[in-house]
Amino acid sequence: MSLSRRGFLQGSAASLAIAFYVPTAAKALPRLGPPAPPPNAFLRIGADDSVTVVLAHSEMGQGIWTGLAMLIAEELECDWAKVRCEHAPAAPVYGHPMMGMQMTGGSSTTNGEFQRYRMVGAVARDMLVRAAAARWKTKPKKCVVAKGVVTAGKQRATFGELAEAAMKLTPATDLTLKAPAAWKLIGTPVRRLDTPEKITGRAQFGIDVQFPGLRTAVVLRPPAFGATLKSFDGAAALKIAGVEQVVATAAGVAVVAAHFWAAKLGRDALVAEWTPPADGGADSAALMARFRDQSRSPGAVVVDGGGVDAALSAGVHEAVYEVPYLAHAPMEPLNCTVKLDGDRCEIWTGTQFQTGDQLAAAKVLGTTIDRITIHTPFLGGGFGRRANPASDFVVEAVQVAKAAGVPVKVVWTRDDDLRGGYYRPAYVHRVRAAVDAAGAPVAWDHVVVGQSIMAGTFLEAFMGPGGVDGSSVEGIADSPYLDGLAAKRVTLHSPRTAIPVLWWRSVGNTHTAFAMECMLDELAHAAKVDPLAYRMRLLAKHPRHAHALATAADKAGWATPPPAGRARGLAVHESFGSIVAEVAEVSVEGGRIRVHAVTAAVDCGTAVNPLGIEAQIQSCVAYGLSAALYGALTITGGAVQESNFHDYPVVRMPDMPTVAVHLIASDAPMGGIGEPATAPIAPAVANAVFALTKQRLRALPLRLGVA
Amino acid sequence: MKLDVNGAVREVEADPDMPLLWVLRDLLGLPGTKFGCGAAQCGACTVHLDGRPVRACVTPVATVGDRKVTTIEGLSPDGGHVVQRAWAEADVVQCGYCQSGQIMTAVALLEKKPDPSDADIDAAMAGNICRCGTYPRVREAIHLAARLKRGGA
Repeated sequence: MSLSRRGFLQGSAASLAIAFYVPTAAKALPRLGPPAPPPNAFLRIGADDSVTVVLAHSEMGQGIWTGLAMLIAEELECDWAKVRCEHAPAAPVYGHPMMGMQMTGGSSTTNGEFQRYRMVGAVARDMLVRAAAARWKTKPKKCVVAKGVVTAGKQRATFGELAEAAMKLTPATDLTLKAPAAWKLIGTPVRRLDTPEKITGRAQFGIDVQFPGLRTAVVLRPPAFGATLKSFDGAAALKIAGVEQVVATAAGVAVVAAHFWAAKLGRDALVAEWTPPADGGADSAALMARFRDQSRSPGAVVVDGGGVDAALSAGVHEAVYEVPYLAHAPMEPLNCTVKLDGDRCEIWTGTQFQTGDQLAAAKVLGTTIDRITIHTPFLGGGFGRRANPASDFVVEAVQVAKAAGVPVKVVWTRDDDLRGGYYRPAYVHRVRAAVDAAGAPVAWDHVVVGQSIMAGTFLEAFMGPGGVDGSSVEGIADSPYLDGLAAKRVTLHSPRTAIPVLWWRSVGNTHTAFAMECMLDELAHAAKVDPLAYRMRLLAKHPRHAHALATAADKAGWATPPPAGRARGLAVHESFGSIVAEVAEVSVEGGRIRVHAVTAAVDCGTAVNPLGIEAQIQSCVAYGLSAALYGALTITGGAVQESNFHDYPVVRMPDMPTVAVHLIASDAPMGGIGEPATAPIAPAVANAVFALTKQRLRALPLRLGVA
Repeated sequence: MKLDVNGAVREVEADPDMPLLWVLRDLLGLPGTKFGCGAAQCGACTVHLDGRPVRACVTPVATVGDRKVTTIEGLSPDGGHVVQRAWAEADVVQCGYCQSGQIMTAVALLEKKPDPSDADIDAAMAGNICRCGTYPRVREAIHLAARLKRGGA
């Protein structure tokens, strides 16, 4: 308790609020710079009995605005109707319990905070009880807590009435959390707390930030990756009503105006000369051809059990799987608001990576991160795009604000957002397998080719031996299908290109699951074994995978024929600690693949909010289906050709299958839920298309050949 | 020029070509209507003109004339419109960014077809993209709103 309590006593006529420390967690976190961080406040209780949960992570649709609050409320025993949430400011105390930095990603919020947030609730309840006991001159154990009210015999006090006295007590450090059997809230379906503002237009996203004096900027960025600005002329832009300034950024030119429309017209009126990329610029088709060539020889060794070449010499099944570059395309285009005041910098942006953005902004301004305040509004989708180690959209906005000398909101158009980089990297997988008499793999040689996400960022230090980026190969060497297989070799080529890449919902699993689950399906068909039975045999020592797969298959009616003109395909994949099996039922109508129904079985360990989990599975399926059916960026001369949803189509209402979600009761350690259901959908659909058409589609997006 | 927005006549000074979306967001302080594509591709900017859904991002403000503009902020004073109630009941929203547009399109659909079929919903909602994939619950909420409107539960 070295920090002053004064800082988080929020005194006002309307409310007296208290906050609670979690001292051990605070001590465990690195101090990123002076002065001392704001108090470790995760919870405030108002005199009006309101319970405000402070979220160390960003709400971007995944439902932590509800889920984290449930964790505190479970232990606090408050009135759920009084619970509200808010995003925490950027501060070291809000660092991710497992990663140190303040960030949201890796499907790790709920499992990462499961202890800390429950403990906050327990500590707070204990303080409220002791305050009540002291007031009534009784023992704490005579007090009963329910729905935000403490009672002892005929005495009764609400949390709000006790909050001020409770705040003065020393938090306990020896509390025991409830046993799962005693949970009242965890494990029950709970509706979202952010619904009221999101159905009325009141929810504030980054793009909605507005205050007196704020200007809007639209930026002209290089027309190709690797192009550099030679010169520009802002005269025509400055003639547009509302345009106030034209300023250079590190890589482009920003038009600063009274409002977006003027800034956009001004940006479009800029005349700029660019030096094209020296090598003519990246070309996605040429890159894929090069990757395909590279896949013929082994890369850096991820795993090599030995004996692979000998085992493969007797004859192999070989297949090459390919996936393209993909944009995240969140519905809210990127944006960032910056206000500079002396050496202080205030930022409003929908970010998944507050600490990284603080560091990046401080670097631009030549200051320290304690001078960088970050406000996190709601994120209009993240999917990884808003967790950039390069903090591109923040760095640029700080540059614009600095150059313009006024507070600015930099808004990206949809074209800017699609063409501005940071994509799911394209990959080629060449898989060669030898099988035994029963068709089961006895040797597996897997060459992966694609850009590393970590290379060139400050995360490079976390790469494995030989420069292996674990996210390029996750789900291959550790595949349950290959468990115990000695003759297993996985190698990786990580070519560098000018195309900026980034994690994209479920990261490497987006392509590794496609390659693994399609290859398994090919081997099953080659062995003339039912694809479900084939997998179940290989999963004998992996009961969680087997159970998930069997459940999805059973619920999808695998044993019964599909309706006429349809076929089913399946896939199961583990990622972020959760196992998801999916069965897709497809038809082909007018040459187009149509997915009618998806049946998912999910083993994510302890389930905090089943209603939210169902939403995330549906969400992952929709997101992954967009990639399976449509998503592809075409890059020529270093320039992305697609510009908007007409040429970068995504799943719309008529494309959306029904998604039945079966949550498996599980006492396994809690896994993530925001991403894991993304990866299995593409292989499940591809395998269903094969079952229906006998066309084995090995490249995403899935495109049927002409019959 | 004068604009009738959510039941109030507002005076705005704007270039006639300025899209209604930016007039609402940047000049009239109504940010509930969202910018998603700027090209009538995604539906996030859907508002009503005399009750009919339009894409505000491609509607020049000068073409609005005396038609009544309704935005998400004007749908109900407190989120109590039957479609909003259905949305809450079905726990539709995720990131929430497209939801103003989804709701405005759904309201217009139900005005035209009080008991829409799945095919009607597909046709009416096809222009509204949701990257979070809330589609199954949007569908459920529209059916629910239709029941609520008829007075059922």
